[in-house]
Amino acid sequence: MPIQKTAFGRRSFLKSAALTGGGLVLGFNWLTSCTDKTEAEILAMPDQWFEINAYLKIGDNGVVTIYTPNPEFGQNIKTSMPMIVAEELDADWTKVISEVAPYNSEIYGFQFTGGSRGIASRWDGLRMAGATARHMLRDAAAQAWQVPVAEVSTAAGLLNHTASGRSASYGEMAAAASALPIPEEVELKEIKDFRIIGHDQKNLDGKKIVSGQPLFGHDHREKGQLTAMVVQPPAFGMRFQAIQNLADVKAMPGIRDVFTIQTYKDGFEKGGFDTNAFPELVAIVGESTWQVMKAKKAIQVEWQTFEAFEESVNGFGGKSIRKVPAGLENSTDHLARMEEMAARPGRQVRKDGNPEAAFQRADRVIERSYSAPFLAHNCMEPINCFAQVEEDRVRIVGPTQAPGMIEPTIAARMGLPVENIEIAMSRMGGGFGRRAYSHYMLEAALIAQQAKAPIHLIYTREDDMANGIYRPAYHATYRAALDATGTLTALHVKAGGIPESPLFANRFPAGAVDNYLAEDWTIDSNITIGAFRAPRSNFMAGAEQAFLDEVAEAAGKDPIQFRLNLLARAQQDPVGENNDYDPARYAGVLELVREMSNWDETPEGVHRGVSAYFCHNSYAAHVLDLTIEKGKPIVEKVCCAIDCGIVVNPDAARNMAEGAIVDGVGNALFGELTFAAGVPEKQNFDAYRMIRMSETPKKIEVHFVQNDIKPTGMGEPPFPPVFGAVANAIYKATGERRYRQPFLGDERLLG
Amino acid sequence: MASYTLRINGQRKQVDVDPDTPLLWVLRDELQLLGTKYGCGVGACGACTVHVDGVAMRSCQLPVSQAESPPITTIEGLSENGDHPVQLAWLALDVPQCGYCQVGQIMSASALLDHTPNPTDADIDAAMNGNICRCGTYTRIKAAIKSVHAAG
Repeated sequence: MPIQKTAFGRRSFLKSAALTGGGLVLGFNWLTSCTDKTEAEILAMPDQWFEINAYLKIGDNGVVTIYTPNPEFGQNIKTSMPMIVAEELDADWTKVISEVAPYNSEIYGFQFTGGSRGIASRWDGLRMAGATARHMLRDAAAQAWQVPVAEVSTAAGLLNHTASGRSASYGEMAAAASALPIPEEVELKEIKDFRIIGHDQKNLDGKKIVSGQPLFGHDHREKGQLTAMVVQPPAFGMRFQAIQNLADVKAMPGIRDVFTIQTYKDGFEKGGFDTNAFPELVAIVGESTWQVMKAKKAIQVEWQTFEAFEESVNGFGGKSIRKVPAGLENSTDHLARMEEMAARPGRQVRKDGNPEAAFQRADRVIERSYSAPFLAHNCMEPINCFAQVEEDRVRIVGPTQAPGMIEPTIAARMGLPVENIEIAMSRMGGGFGRRAYSHYMLEAALIAQQAKAPIHLIYTREDDMANGIYRPAYHATYRAALDATGTLTALHVKAGGIPESPLFANRFPAGAVDNYLAEDWTIDSNITIGAFRAPRSNFMAGAEQAFLDEVAEAAGKDPIQFRLNLLARAQQDPVGENNDYDPARYAGVLELVREMSNWDETPEGVHRGVSAYFCHNSYAAHVLDLTIEKGKPIVEKVCCAIDCGIVVNPDAARNMAEGAIVDGVGNALFGELTFAAGVPEKQNFDAYRMIRMSETPKKIEVHFVQNDIKPTGMGEPPFPPVFGAVANAIYKATGERRYRQPFLGDERLLG
Repeated sequence: MASYTLRINGQRKQVDVDPDTPLLWVLRDELQLLGTKYGCGVGACGACTVHVDGVAMRSCQLPVSQAESPPITTIEGLSENGDHPVQLAWLALDVPQCGYCQVGQIMSASALLDHTPNPTDADIDAAMNGNICRCGTYTRIKAAIKSVHAAG
């Protein structure tokens, strides 16, 4: 049995009450008073809870509450994280209640949802939280029964002493266990002994979701709360000048106040997640949503263009200067400027061998360029946040992926210590990266302060879609040199974007080609960008995998075998340094998808595309089957293979992979946000085309590589390669390669 | 402001609001029926779907002044204990991810099944195309809809 020191994150095993002087009970009041409890749950509540550590408490009736430290945005960690704790606790899964923990980084560390790092980053800590509690329960039973602790076993919420036939529930021993010292070492289960992890468990919030209970930030209601909305500039490159009809709008029915707020004071050094195109906003506060919406329509605001400026950003990678140009940008100019940059030499990021000489010697050189537009996240729950400011305290309830990123910003802007900022993380109606940038929480706090009332800030769909933080526009040019035998002798990738480069210089095919050159470039913009499901990978995978498909064809090789040959080279005799993928695991998903899709026998009338990619420490490969009916592309089936290590909750992981595939097909075919004179040309779902039921793949099969590797990323990895699979299948179906996303756009038909 | 009496989930409810107030905001702001969601406000996403006289309608597009006579059902009135066959089918297949759109999906699906108990793929596509799921749970939604007839 693996023994693990509890030193890792030991602080989180202290009872949180000890840290906060009994504040835990108060801190949890808002949670326990939430109206999202079913009657059955309330009836099942114990008379008394015993807190074992910050991750769990056990009731006298054996019910266990497990706290999920990270915010939930649909990836189902509010079920899968408790599964990890419950596994090591050896709990009765039917008696587990899941709650999202309060935001408290002192106890819970980095409470972040993004980068597919949730399960991976919490794996060890959550196992130990459960194992520590199990250890303490066994100690308590051993003391009560006067038997050696080694003879006390556990099974599904019960403590047993076989020799004497004694048995007790966790609830009976919880009081005694909670008074025991935290053990210095804990025993972790063998992976083969898992009975909760690796077995499908239903979403613990499923019933609340399907019965419409108020789970989301948008549903948060408190006594006396007012509704607030903001009016933001109509275009990137513009800022506030004046309100023309202030008195008229203030006099409208139900309107309490109209004013401007400034989210960042001049000279404020932003953090990496403080991105915000519109720091000065008009706020309208009123009694009901519709009254505020009408005032928002009626208000007349003058806007002005701004001058170019620079701002200091202190992000994960250290300090940098962001150059923000003046001007009202257009998508047609964007594409022309990206093509111009692509034609020039870029900034060299990696070079192996002698690519110039290899290209000169080549039997054939293939060069292709790919591009993709800006994308809006379009979470179904529009941006919103509740805030209350009382004297020197700020209380916030809302959807956020990264409370720890906005808390110091709120504290700095409001001149308060961070301890005075309380953030409760609501279930998010989608995130996709957008809610890592929680400027709206600061906006809500400033509005609540000025309005002297608790307020619920809500963005309209148009505000949400036109607010920025988009997936950037990208461009990549690939060049391949083939010798007379069809061997890839050199590869050159030059990639850039507005305003960031998507390049990953050390990813495949780096390491698999003797002569390799990677370059990048950027173009400044005043359109703000941010993380969007698998940032940068979501473009590079499609470009690279479509290009490799074309090169394989030119080389006369089967596209899967062509990739496997390159991966074999990377494994046996890797080229260069710092290759950041495992060629064997990469090949593993290709081999699995080849087998499960029955690759060698394409069904009649079906056109197949294959694609694979590595990101967020995981590997994914897809085979996508396409047919064309009257010019309309129909995705008949997607067969997917994923290696993300141990899969905690297989059915939930399949659900997420299915969603990633649907998301990828949709964005590959339709996803696009364009700009005219700085104005986003699509601001609602009547214009912004999202994939819908009739365009969804008819069938999706998800297969996981079975191994004992600690969990790696899952939410993002299946997404990027979809773009390549769609491109390659469209080529097979139409005989034409498509290089510019979206492949259909506003067209309805292919050909 | 004017007074309106609505027939919601079998009860008569009186509200005082502007005549052009969409039913969606009457439900959410005046009646605290928070299951019906705001997604777009232009009838393009389906998050606010309710039943009006048994037909799936986007509540963001229905002014309260036109909502007085027909019986209206929201998710809170679809079943007493969250055990309508469509809700049970959703749970059996663990359909939701983020869950925000699912009430609208369930209201569209239950209206479809009321009129077409054994729908074809084309029926489902036609009835459900107005409901966006950003998480992409469409394959499970379709399977859940089909499972209701099989179970029934």
